[in-house]
Amino acid sequence: MSSGVAVDLEDIWIRFGDFVAVKEANVAIKGGDFFSFLGPSGCGKTTILRAVSGFLDPSQGQIRIGGKDMSGIGPNKRPTALIFQNLALFPLMKVWENISFSMEVTGASAKQRRKRADELLDMIALDGQGDKLPSELSGGQKQRVAIARALCANPDVLLLDEPLSALDLKLRQHMRTELREIQQRVGITFIYITHDQGEALTMSDNVAVMKAGVIDQIDTGHNIYDHPATPFVASFVGENNVFRGRVKEIKGNEALISTNRSGDLLSSISPSQVGKLAVGDDAMMFIRPEALQLGPAKKSSKTTISANVINEEFEGNSFSVFLEGDGGKSVKMSVPNGGQDKISDRGEVLSLHYNANNAVAMPAGELASE
Amino acid sequence: MKSDSLIRIALGAYLLIFFSYLLGPLLVMSLTAFNSASFPSVSPWACFTYEWFDVLLRDKHIRDGIYYSVIIGIGTVTLSVSMGLAASIVLTQVWPRLRSTYYTLIIAPILIPGVVLGISTLVFWDRVGAFLGVSDETALYGLFHNGLFLTILGQSTFIASYAMLVFVARLQRFDTGLTEAALDLGATHTQAFRKILLPFMRPAIASAAVLAFLASFENYNTTTFTIIDYKTLTTVLAQKVRLGINPSISSLAFIVIVLTVFAALVFEATHHNRKRKDAIAQGKVTPVKKGILPPFMHGNAAAFGLVALACVVIVMIGTAGKHDPQVCKADVREARMLETERRIKVLNETRALREQSEPAESTPNKPALAPSGAFGGVFAPTNLTEDDAEPETETPKGGSGAFDNVFAPTNLDTED
Repeated sequence: MSSGVAVDLEDIWIRFGDFVAVKEANVAIKGGDFFSFLGPSGCGKTTILRAVSGFLDPSQGQIRIGGKDMSGIGPNKRPTALIFQNLALFPLMKVWENISFSMEVTGASAKQRRKRADELLDMIALDGQGDKLPSELSGGQKQRVAIARALCANPDVLLLDEPLSALDLKLRQHMRTELREIQQRVGITFIYITHDQGEALTMSDNVAVMKAGVIDQIDTGHNIYDHPATPFVASFVGENNVFRGRVKEIKGNEALISTNRSGDLLSSISPSQVGKLAVGDDAMMFIRPEALQLGPAKKSSKTTISANVINEEFEGNSFSVFLEGDGGKSVKMSVPNGGQDKISDRGEVLSLHYNANNAVAMPAGELASE
Repeated sequence: MKSDSLIRIALGAYLLIFFSYLLGPLLVMSLTAFNSASFPSVSPWACFTYEWFDVLLRDKHIRDGIYYSVIIGIGTVTLSVSMGLAASIVLTQVWPRLRSTYYTLIIAPILIPGVVLGISTLVFWDRVGAFLGVSDETALYGLFHNGLFLTILGQSTFIASYAMLVFVARLQRFDTGLTEAALDLGATHTQAFRKILLPFMRPAIASAAVLAFLASFENYNTTTFTIIDYKTLTTVLAQKVRLGINPSISSLAFIVIVLTVFAALVFEATHHNRKRKDAIAQGKVTPVKKGILPPFMHGNAAAFGLVALACVVIVMIGTAGKHDPQVCKADVREARMLETERRIKVLNETRALREQSEPAESTPNKPALAPSGAFGGVFAPTNLTEDDAEPETETPKGGSGAFDNVFAPTNLDTED
């Protein structure tokens, strides 16, 4: 299989009148990568995708696919195929005609088209369904037909615009695995747009997190989760407890932060922010609920938080304990379900311990809205 | 409970009145096509006849009119459907702030009286000819003063707007993502239009074409100015009304009605049948086991109607050659002659009676018996005109004794 084609966005700006949809995007996507743009709706991720597929021209900057500048090349001439959010299957064509549409426009014979369509139908496990109309298929089947139709064009880059958002939860989880498998099988570059961090983390090799037209961080899913670069990324991807405060001391890549409520806490500094944090700065520190552990109410240390329990929820595989936090927000702790009836009593004071490596400190900034 | 049934009765009566108001004229008109009376009428019923169909088919003016109406219809359909489609697509693409202005502009021809459109078409193309300086002999001059050319253009000016309204309604439901998807898969803009948008618009194109053809076929206001030396069915009919009509026009109307009903039933029956097949395919309905009726007629009222209509038409065509109203006509003529003779006899008798009693009087118009006094109101002019106007409404057999009816020329005509 092909090793995939690289996509480079160089200093891309996209403006609609006075509104700036995308600000200074610099992204280098390796060939054969499964690359996701993750961000809340309206952050400009779909705009970037439309610019890559050729439906709109960036106001500034250059898009290169396989090293070739794409400016002035229309969507029908680009080596990309886009899977639309609503799939956009042609309702009046049969499934096999839909799949082989890209061959029809180049003048391939019906026999050739049918043969290729049947091969692709086999691949997506829909063999024998070629003569149906799209309206006769289920949501997941339509999804797979849309993928097959895009792959039939032999694109170098497959662009997916939130293709799973219309599916129900079970199917969505199943399609994640399937998409990943298809990508590994065909080996082409996938660019995936989503607002669902679960999708981005499970499928992608690399993720770009966007906020209001700006790319905050580009990294592997692991690094995005464990070492978020900005408060936005930290609060948008996964659940996180935020502690606001002021930097008291910096030692290498660790900082001591005097928090508003929980005293002095020790934390590692986000790798990309090392050196940008100075003593006396406003800072934010993030600890994941699962990084907090229940400990004995012993003498307080620099990695211990003591707080009152507000309430407790049972979530099946775990318990969520909510404790009084700073700024009206509660601190959430996740405890695996080990067969116990409950973790705590309301109003009880708990001591929570954490490893400084699992806490991330960075300059204060905007959080993701909930 | 009681008021409930009262409402139901009132509703039924209303529906009855409504439908007779809608369909009554058509029914009466159809009946007149089969009456042998030479003026379209139902009462008095003379003889059942097919001869007016024969008269219709032999009428060269009507045949020419239909021929040119169809030609103009086809031209108008082609022109206005393509213009309407283009206009509607532009409407969806035009800058939003311009949209309502553009819409008003495009829709304006519908609001302008057809007469104005007709005259302006005529004047415009004459001026175009003059501007280009084409002389009388050239082909171009001929084109700018050709009735067919001008009528097609004149009608299309407003029929294109109708077509556009149909297309806009359909286009509003079009997902532009489909066009984008086609482009993304390598289609050119032409291919995306031809393979995606056009198939989607097909039902709307069909209905716009039917609408345009009917609007063109029945148009008179615009056509009467632009047709010049040609004729269409409407102009021929208008001429006929001016010169006096016979029931062959009713027979034309009957044919048109039958064709319309036929088309409607075919559409309904096939539509119903397709829906049933889809339902069977999806397993919602079990197919009927073999019965007396063919499967397509099962639970399909339209199919029944269609078969019945076809039977009636076949019977009519079959009997048309054999049915000879001559005997009946002769009977009617004989009966009328007898009646006339009887009246003449009555007339003569009364005259003789009058001459006996009033030998001095000899005015033929004077009624036999003055109601009161000698000359009471007899010579009043109003009285006379009333007598003249009456014969049309009175039946010849109305034995009122007033012989004026018998000699009324219109009266004689009706029974011929």
